[in-house]
Formats: sequence, structure tokens, C-alpha cells
Amino acid sequence: MIRVESLTKTYAGSTVVDIDALHLPQGGVTAIIGPNGAGKSTLLSMIGRLEIPSTGRVLLDGQDVRTFRNNTLARRLAVLKQDNTLAARLTVHDLVAFGRYPYSRGRPTQEDREQIDAALDLVGLQDFRYRFLDELSGGQRQRAFIAMVLAQDTEYALFDEPLNSLDINHAVGVMRLLGHAADEMGKTVVVVLHDLNFAARHADHIIAMQAGKVVEAGPVARIIREDLLRRLYDTGLTVTTRNNRVFVDVFG
Amino acid sequence: MMSPADRSMRARVLITGTTALCAGLILAFLTIGATGDWGFVLSFRGDRLITIALVAWAVPFSTVLFHTLSNNQILTPSIMGFDALFVLIQTLGVFLLGSAEVGAMDSRLVFAGELAVMTLFSVGLYRLLYARMTRLLELLLLVGIICGVLFRSVAGLLQRLIDPGEFLVLQDRIFASFSGASSSEQLSAAVLIGLSSAWAWYRLPAIDAMLLGRDGSIAVGVDHKRLSLEIFLIVTFQVAATTALVGPITFFGLLVVHLAYRLLPGAPHGMLIPLSILLGSVLLVGAQVLLERLLGFIGTVSMIVEFVGGVVFVLLLIGGRR
Repeated sequence: MIRVESLTKTYAGSTVVDIDALHLPQGGVTAIIGPNGAGKSTLLSMIGRLEIPSTGRVLLDGQDVRTFRNNTLARRLAVLKQDNTLAARLTVHDLVAFGRYPYSRGRPTQEDREQIDAALDLVGLQDFRYRFLDELSGGQRQRAFIAMVLAQDTEYALFDEPLNSLDINHAVGVMRLLGHAADEMGKTVVVVLHDLNFAARHADHIIAMQAGKVVEAGPVARIIREDLLRRLYDTGLTVTTRNNRVFVDVFG
Repeated sequence: MMSPADRSMRARVLITGTTALCAGLILAFLTIGATGDWGFVLSFRGDRLITIALVAWAVPFSTVLFHTLSNNQILTPSIMGFDALFVLIQTLGVFLLGSAEVGAMDSRLVFAGELAVMTLFSVGLYRLLYARMTRLLELLLLVGIICGVLFRSVAGLLQRLIDPGEFLVLQDRIFASFSGASSSEQLSAAVLIGLSSAWAWYRLPAIDAMLLGRDGSIAVGVDHKRLSLEIFLIVTFQVAATTALVGPITFFGLLVVHLAYRLLPGAPHGMLIPLSILLGSVLLVGAQVLLERLLGFIGTVSMIVEFVGGVVFVLLLIGGRR
């Protein structure tokens, strides 16, 4: 279980994140939404110990994530940032194999190989496994990085805007993949999303952020409401329901 | 496309091939044009060969590590201002003490002094910045470049102030040369390079994972901050040892390392580093044989290697990443 306690992050005098208390539900897909500059990515980075909080802590089963041994935490929590440009050329297989680093420490066993294989199968990149990342399309690349996270075999998987620059077909594919990881593999998936319709359809819980604070957190039906979203984004969007499905019309 | 099996096959072929080529070139270097007492010729040339081998080992090694550390394949360690610092130390020595005094000092002492100053400089820079900034590397490199300009300017000023005769002596000391090192300098450099290489080898799996960048490597459990400092120290030791041994070398490492990147794309450090060391040896020994033994241009090797390396650097800048 992940809890956040009086967490703040300050860059050069301005506060980016300021959260008294937040509890991320166990299991399922939790989406973090909010306008630009709301502190979504910074919150995700602090949960994934990529950024050091200015004050406060992030607790995983009651223990501060920063006090875990690097290896122990890497077996329990994986995090994928938005910008994944690498200087070196890597093949899909080698990238996914790095997901096994917390277990193999560079010496892969049979189990590591099986996990790599399973992850490649799941994202549908088995035929591309020996391609270099720069020989793939944007959607395939994103799936390769997701395969690395899946190979890491953690209870928690955090993704920062994984749908960025993907076309709708690939975006839907990636969200289904994350849903599968949550429902079938029992992971707790936390994902920063911009598209409200994706959040409405694929998430189980939503955390709405604005100006570094959590405005509201809860099940989808409680967050995807016209009044709340209008306040959150300061725009005249409308929320409609058709065939029991919620749609957000951003044009109002 | 490259499967791990293809890659290890290719690595085997390349490493065997370059090893054989290197052995042939070393033989040619030792024997071509030798007249007179063999004992003298072999010990004289063997001495130079040791210096060349140390440079061919440490420069590509440190360049590969530096590229991984900075997540960038165009910069070289000398951009941190190392070569400029070396020139400044030499210039200060001649300026303050005079060339006769510097020449009379124990060479081991001079070597240790140069090494200490360089290590202090880079660790100081690193600690100062890492204590304050989290996204340090770009900043560190910028500070390195500015320090380089500062050192070069101060050295340039002092060089204009000193006696022209002294300047000639100084000039001899600050240009890369494979023939000037004494055996005690060689020994100190070899120990330093050997120890830092062993350290890097021990940390190699984690260094491989650093190819994922800062966030990616932290996500898979690498202590990125600590490992960065370790790599930084290793690079510092290797660069300081070679610079104190033969003087500033800027583009040689970039040249051979990029050749290795092209020949073995996406390979782990355990393959890349040996291959780039072998390529470096082939290049340096081959250039000695071709230029000095066959064509008779004495002392031009470093110039030619640096020229070719410089052209590669410019091409890399123009062509972007790849």
C-alpha cells in the first residue's frame, strides 16, 4: 500500500507539490489527471524515488521508499518516465532484459529469460525482439519500454504519460495492456494521463490535481463530473452518459 | 537487427582479428629498420611501446565510461578542462621555477604532483556541484569548458611573458609525445590505470544498466548518485594518468570509441571496452609503423591521429547523434 504524508516539493522557491495526505488504492488502475503544471509528474517521480521530496515522505507498506535498499525497492516498484531518449543504441531484447537487472545483476538465469519472453509476448513485440529501438515506430517503442517494466515483475508500476505522441490505435492498445497488468497480473498501476476519456474508460480510481494539491480522489464516477472537471481545467467541458458509458466533450 | 548470438559471434571475430593485427603491428614496430645492437633497439622501442599501450588502454576506456556517465556520445573527458589544466601546470612550473629547476626535479614527484592537482580539481568540481544541483552533468560540463578556457588563457598569458628559450622547453613538454616518459612515470601510470580499470570491471553490470539514463537506472535499482561518482573518479584517474604521461590527447578516444560503437552497436561494456582498446592499439601502433618506420615522419603520430579524430568529431556534430 502506498501512502503519501505531508509531501512537498519546492523548486527555486516555488512549490510544485504540496499534499497533506494521500492514499493510493491497492490494485487496479489509478489515473492522475489535472492541468499542466499541477504537479502530476513530480508526484509520480517522488513516489518512484526519482525525485527527493523537499519535505514529507512516501510510504510503501509503512516504510519510506527512500530507506529501502535500491534492489529491494526495484523488485517491488517500477517507474517509467515520459522522456525515454537513450544515447546508446539498444535492441528491444536488451532493453527488456534490463527490467531483470534487480534480479539478475547482469547475469540472467533461466527464469529471467522466461520473464523477458513472457513480457515480449504480452506486448506483441516477439517478432521485433532483435530490432534496435531506433528501428521501431513510436507505438512499438513505447510498448518495448512497457515490456521492460512488466519484466521487472513488481507489485507497483508507475507510468508518466505513456500515451504521449501515440495515435489512438496505439494509445488504446497501451491502455488495454496496463489494464491487463492490473486485472490479470494483480499489479497496482498508477498512470499520469491527459486524455480524460482514457481516464474515464480505463481507470478504476482517479486522483485530480491542481496547483500541486489533490483536489479530489476517488472512484471514476466521483471525479468525472461536469462541475468538478470544469473547475479543475477552468474550461466549459461537458460530461454525457451514453449506453452507460461516460464521455467528456472538451469543446463544451 | 542483432540477436545476442549474432553479437557475440561478431565480437569474437572482431576481437580475434584486431588482436592478430595488433600483434603483427607490434612485431613490425619492434623490428622494422632496426640496425646495430638488438638489445638496445628492443629496450628503447619496448619502452615506447609500453607508453603507447597505456594510452591505447586508458583513453578509450575512460571515453566509453564518460559517454555512459554523461548519457551522450559526443563529449570527451578532455572537455572537462583536463588538457588545459595540464598545460597550465606545466607552464606554471616553468614560469615560477625555470626550466632548469623543473628538469632537475624527481620525475616521480612531478608526476605525483600533476596527478594530485588534476584529481583534486575534478573531485572538487564534482562535489561542489553535486552537493547543490541534482541535474548536475550539463552544468558540470559547462563549468568544465569554462575552466578549460580560463586555464588556457592564463597559460597563454604566462607563455607570452616567459623567456623565448624557456618557451621552447615548455613547448616540448606540452605537446603529446610518446617518447618522453620515464620508466618510473610509466610504472605509476600503469598502477593507477590498472587499479581504476579493475574497479570499473567489478562495477560493469551496474554501468551497463546506466545506459538507461538517470531515471531508468534508478528505476531498476542502481544507486545512480554513488555510481556516477565512482565512474567520475575512475575516468579522472585514467585521464590524469595518461595526460601526465604523454600530454593532452583530445580526439583519439572519440575516434576509436565511435568505431567500436559502429562495429558492435548496442553491445554491453564488457565487449565495447576490449574492442575499443584493441582498435586504439592498432591505430596507434599502426600509425607509428607507417609514419615513422616506413615514411620517416618522426613525431607526427599524435598530430595525425588527432587530426583524423578531430574530423570525426566535426562530422559527429554535423550529423547529429547518428
